[in-house]
Amino acid sequence: MSKYRNLLIGTAIAAFAAMPAAAGQFGLGRAALPEEVAAWDHDISPDGTGLPVGSGSVEDGEMVFSENCAICHGEFAEGVDNWPKLAGGMDTLDRKDPLKTVGSYWPYLSTTYDYVRRSMPFGAAQTMSDDDVYAIVAYILYSNDLVEDDFVLSNENFLEVQMPNAEGFIVDDREESEKHFWTEPCMENCKEHEVKITMRAAVLDVTPDHGGEDMAEEAAAEPAAEPAKEEAAAEPAKEEAKQEAALDPALVEAGEKVFKKCKSCHQVGDGAKNKTGPQLNHVMGRVLGAEDGFKYSKTMKEMGEAGTVWNDETMHAFLTKPKDFVSKTKMSFAGLKSDEDIAAVIAYLKSHSQ
Amino acid sequence: MTVRFKGKAPSRRAFLKGTLASTAGAIAGAGAASAATPDPLITEKQSWAMGTGDGVDATPYGLPIQYEGDVIRRNVEWLTADTISSINFSPIHALDGTITPQGCAFERHHSGAIELKKEDYRLMINGLVDQELIFTYEDLERFPRVNKTFFLECAANTGMEWAGAQLNGAQFTHGMIHNMEYTGVSLRTLLEEAGLGKAGDLKDKWIYVEGADASSNGRSIPMEKALDDVMIAFKANGEALRKEHGYPVRLVVPGWEGNMWVKWLRRIEVTDQAVESREETSKYTDTLENGTSRKWTWVMDAKSVVTSPSPQSPIKHGHGPLVITGLAWSGRGAITRVDVSKDGGKTWETARLANPGQPMALTRFYLDTTWTGEEMLLQSRAMDETGYVQPTKHMLREVRGENSIYHNNCIQTWWVKANGEAENVEVS
Repeated sequence: MSKYRNLLIGTAIAAFAAMPAAAGQFGLGRAALPEEVAAWDHDISPDGTGLPVGSGSVEDGEMVFSENCAICHGEFAEGVDNWPKLAGGMDTLDRKDPLKTVGSYWPYLSTTYDYVRRSMPFGAAQTMSDDDVYAIVAYILYSNDLVEDDFVLSNENFLEVQMPNAEGFIVDDREESEKHFWTEPCMENCKEHEVKITMRAAVLDVTPDHGGEDMAEEAAAEPAAEPAKEEAAAEPAKEEAKQEAALDPALVEAGEKVFKKCKSCHQVGDGAKNKTGPQLNHVMGRVLGAEDGFKYSKTMKEMGEAGTVWNDETMHAFLTKPKDFVSKTKMSFAGLKSDEDIAAVIAYLKSHSQ
Repeated sequence: MTVRFKGKAPSRRAFLKGTLASTAGAIAGAGAASAATPDPLITEKQSWAMGTGDGVDATPYGLPIQYEGDVIRRNVEWLTADTISSINFSPIHALDGTITPQGCAFERHHSGAIELKKEDYRLMINGLVDQELIFTYEDLERFPRVNKTFFLECAANTGMEWAGAQLNGAQFTHGMIHNMEYTGVSLRTLLEEAGLGKAGDLKDKWIYVEGADASSNGRSIPMEKALDDVMIAFKANGEALRKEHGYPVRLVVPGWEGNMWVKWLRRIEVTDQAVESREETSKYTDTLENGTSRKWTWVMDAKSVVTSPSPQSPIKHGHGPLVITGLAWSGRGAITRVDVSKDGGKTWETARLANPGQPMALTRFYLDTTWTGEEMLLQSRAMDETGYVQPTKHMLREVRGENSIYHNNCIQTWWVKANGEAENVEVS
């Protein structure tokens, strides 16, 4: 431990002693109610502190995972596109490009439960029951070959699960292992060999375009061009106004706000592309499951093939409880609670469907 | 979310195109130039000198003038699966001084930038405290206030460069950093308000902090640091925090990795152990060559980078005076010295610090020099008040290997060519 660090700790400990014994010097804030603490205090520690009572099986987990997680993480937790892989990668940590998964890297199982319960699924966090979370965690363990297919995970046996990389971590040791970085730097003749370029970023060519100078003129021109565009747009706007007569602009605007909840998976508007969910231009009036290039659930596809069309009624039913309307839909969103929000989103989608 | 640190396959075509295009800037001779013909910008009456400009009601809240439209945050699409859980980069190549304007200060979200009203804001302090408390935003404004300037650097800054020179621009290699003047309340004040008697011996205690967004981004911080200099901030650079930086309230953890600076801060729990959350186990841990990983690598090592000239900020003027400038910072304290090398680290000269280094804040350095069109392998090397000297990438790899992802504070090299263009390179 360096002198500097000792000094820091010394100061902090001296400061501890100076702390006033009595709390509430300013009398600000109010006492937290037990219900409030219970609603927010969900963290789970490696020793199991904070684990809720409950259980879930690998078998149930497979289904819950498939419905809620597989769209990003893959049916077998192998990961889709750039989304995290949750399984595999055993014995790769000392190789080039290690694959860090729950199985190969995460030291504590508590972390998986804690994270899934508070932050997953992406776009619908905190919507799963404690038992479903146990089931998902059990399934992730199974995907990593850490438990058998008849395994049931519960708060009772949680600490018995051995994580392969539990012993794979050391506490920051830079002040020891990198002690030689505290030194008197060389100023002259610091390299005996001829200095040569050994690698160039331009060869790899992975830097996004528009990185700076070359963009300056284009970027500067853009704001100037803006008013011109608006003028040009003025006339066709009249035409559009006729078509949109039925749409309440305030409702469309409200819908745009509500749509923020959908944005993590869906794009709409100019240049919208399929992402985690399909792009939604012209979705209203289209049959279900009809966007080219998007892999829908079988149910959604079949409903479309049977002629079901997205209209006020069907969209309202879907957005109220997606899984009730299209069982097995890949959309992990739990649904919108208020009818007003649903009407607004439908109006917003209609504004992009003309 | 996964951040990918590998590049795509090289594209030779794009590379060739890049080299052949643009011979930046005509190179004039040394000494004061003389003009052959009068400058029409001077001899002719200009519209802006004759008419009028905007009135004071034109822009109630101003953005930079259109000609600065390229000084913006940029992201690297292939790094992440989705922009909702992703990162962008501050345009440090185009900024000067040390304060980063909020509007172009980099963003890192794990579940997107949420909109949380002050009226809807609540901060809970619970756990091993004498009285578990709830504060509103207004409550926070009534505690004694502090003002401090600190840098925030993402632990993954320069993380794409471990295996080799990859991204061509200081914005992309070093732009996961910003530096702001924060206004807020000392965390110590709030913890004392809740009372730490129940926590007993504070030496082995922790706080666990989390945000109000879906990721919540929980982190454990040792009590020693919590009582030392951590702040609860609600203003940055004099105005309210931006949405993307945690409006209305974020945590400020001076000198420590940016991930700990929890945004939309909603809860502080005093605990007797580290929670070992996702962000402090599966992420933000540094895997060494033998497969063992360092955890709790909170402090950001001393680091510097030349911001100009650099790939996005080539030399566009002729031979003669040249200002070489850059930024230096250390999580362990104040920057005391920055050296600059033009020959890839063989010889060094000490740069001028624009102002004396401030603890855990960005320091601007200048080397006022003369350039006569020679190629340069430009480097900078920071030293801090603990005597730490910024290492070369080679020195780092010797200790850590290439799989660390995080905490890459190596010396950066820009190859400045005869035409003034610059490229990110690695040297022997």
